[in-house]
Amino acid sequence: MVNTNQRPVFLDLRRIHMPVTAVISIGHRLTGILLFLLLPFMLYLFEMSLRGAEGFEQAAAWLAWWPMKLITLLIIGWYGYHLLAGVRLLLTDSDIGSDLPGARRGAWMVLAGSGVILLVALLLIL
Amino acid sequence: MSRPLTGLSAWLVQRLSAIYMALFTIAAVVLFTVTPIDDYGDWQALWGRPVVSAATALFFVALLLHSWVGIRDVILDYVGWSTGLRLTLLALVGAWLLILGFWILEILLTVVSPWN
Repeated sequence: MVNTNQRPVFLDLRRIHMPVTAVISIGHRLTGILLFLLLPFMLYLFEMSLRGAEGFEQAAAWLAWWPMKLITLLIIGWYGYHLLAGVRLLLTDSDIGSDLPGARRGAWMVLAGSGVILLVALLLIL
Repeated sequence: MSRPLTGLSAWLVQRLSAIYMALFTIAAVVLFTVTPIDDYGDWQALWGRPVVSAATALFFVALLLHSWVGIRDVILDYVGWSTGLRLTLLALVGAWLLILGFWILEILLTVVSPWN
């Protein structure tokens, strides 16, 4: 029997690319879950900062410690990304940028925008 | 049995809470840029303003509702294969958010309490 099926049967991972819109969508979900998981941490610091002058200084000292700076930076980055990806969704709902080129453009704008947010946060925190 | 926050109402809550939190975030960034917090006095003065504590309380309400709908969506998407596990996870997340809600209430009450 002659095989007329010309489709490739291999899966070359270097040739499989997720479209940027898919990356944005998964990232939106992932950052949402991460922010949800870190809520207690943020609330704990918030509560500490409000517990008098001593608590405020303690919270400030915590945040000045470099691993905490890193976590703060991550949270700001995730939050900024999640917010921008959400705005993009809201615009899509309103039929703005809902066609394929528009969706792609929006996705790149989300990536660029959250990059800027991360950069500004980095400069402020360092 | 009434099912809170599903379907269209969940969709609407997710968007309304998102819009409020986005506006709150912009306002907070502007506020902290215009009036930086340098010490506990500044911090206390900020929370002494009823507008700030009220807007923050509303922010937390939006945050909890938004978290519920978001995490609920994730669970419904990925744990479709087991009704028992799905319901257990949903109950755990609901209980967890309720605990966070009481905690937030406690924090905010200390802030606005005149005896503090």
